[in-house]
Amino acid sequence: MQDPPIARGFRGKRPPVANDRIPPGQHLTSDFPVLSAGPTPTTRLESWSLALQNGGALLGKWTWREFEGLPQTRVKVDIHCVTTWSKLDTNWQGVTIDTLLQAAGLSEPPRPYVMLHCDGGYTTNVPVEDLINGKAMIATHFEGKPLSPEHGGPARLLVPHLYFWKSAKWVRRLRFIPHDEPGFWESLGYHLYGDPWREQRYVGD
Amino acid sequence: MSETNTLAGPQRLLWRTAEVREVIDETPRVRSLFLSVTGWSCHRPGQHVDVRLTAEDGYQAQRSYSIASAPEAPQLAITVERIDDGEVSPYLTTEVRVGDRFEVRGPIGGYFVWTAALGGPLFLIAGGSGIAPLMAMLRYRAAVGSDVPALLLYSSRTFADIIYREELNQLAAASDGPSVVHTLTRQQPAGWTGPARRIDRDMLTEIGIAASAQPRVFVCGPTSLVEQTTQSLLALGHEANLIKTERFGPTGAPR
Repeated sequence: MQDPPIARGFRGKRPPVANDRIPPGQHLTSDFPVLSAGPTPTTRLESWSLALQNGGALLGKWTWREFEGLPQTRVKVDIHCVTTWSKLDTNWQGVTIDTLLQAAGLSEPPRPYVMLHCDGGYTTNVPVEDLINGKAMIATHFEGKPLSPEHGGPARLLVPHLYFWKSAKWVRRLRFIPHDEPGFWESLGYHLYGDPWREQRYVGD
Repeated sequence: MSETNTLAGPQRLLWRTAEVREVIDETPRVRSLFLSVTGWSCHRPGQHVDVRLTAEDGYQAQRSYSIASAPEAPQLAITVERIDDGEVSPYLTTEVRVGDRFEVRGPIGGYFVWTAALGGPLFLIAGGSGIAPLMAMLRYRAAVGSDVPALLLYSSRTFADIIYREELNQLAAASDGPSVVHTLTRQQPAGWTGPARRIDRDMLTEIGIAASAQPRVFVCGPTSLVEQTTQSLLALGHEANLIKTERFGPTGAPR
């Protein structure tokens, strides 16, 4: 591998916090940028539902009211967008996938993959192991307030240890599948798994 | 690693060295860089590229920029707006000069893309430097001689902030050229007869392509512009799956 060319006169801004929280190629932002491929969907809470499926079989389904009644969890996590921004210490509230599985009466989830389906047609694939044991939730609140539509409200997946496109906005359905399949961005050149610490941004990374 | 990909299967996108061949100041805050990139594979209009800068001590910073040039152009162009407290854009808009080198990786993204095969009409809506990927589409449309009807509705703060103003005039003046409508939101020159406010539903009704024509709509700009514009388009009957968006900038959400 050749050394990269030096950008003459470039000094950069060194990050103000310890590097061990910022994955390679990322930089800190205090904003919360919005990135979506199409219009923001607006789903009324009265017609909202969340479904859990194994292939085509329904394992569980919750209306907004039922979903709100499930045990809540709060987390403080760092998030990392593939477009290179990272945001530290973000506060979320929602229902963990573990809680959801329990509410559906499942002691063990089907394995090994999940496809997430969202309002607006967005999809993304995540291994089951990355969603359970407290690693992920269906988030409804950000910084103490209901999640705004442009950030994925009323409910989005939060799986903070993967690049943020995996934390699907406007999620409505989790479908367990026997083989890994690419979702929306994964079909368009982005990495199937998306680990920011291994800088898995694009296919082949 | 081989440059030619004869085997099936995913090929990793490589960092490639880009050399700055030309620099054009588009507005006081915006600069276009024309790059020659060894081994660059052809992009599609609307795609973007990752830029990586390496300092002398090895420190690196990378960002994504839309590609502004047509695939047919001899050099890869990006158009960068300076963010005053930014890290990469101040370098690219003030420090960089012809002959400087850094790295690029791409092309990236395959959704916010228009090619002539996708048909039209083509309805482009831009705010500020969000014009860049849409300019790639208009430059491509001209380069391949497409006669797909095209309309650009472009929102800038002031007349001096209009990026590519001369080239847009030339494109619009050509036979089969696109229609170009500017709206100036902050300040208008004396005698300005065009729209002078943010893009709203009335403007989309008066100036835009009707939903019944089923235009391919591409919207790129600040989050507020994209959110408001796309909600208005949906209300006017445009189908969500014909509206593609790229947003930049914060929402003003709680910090």
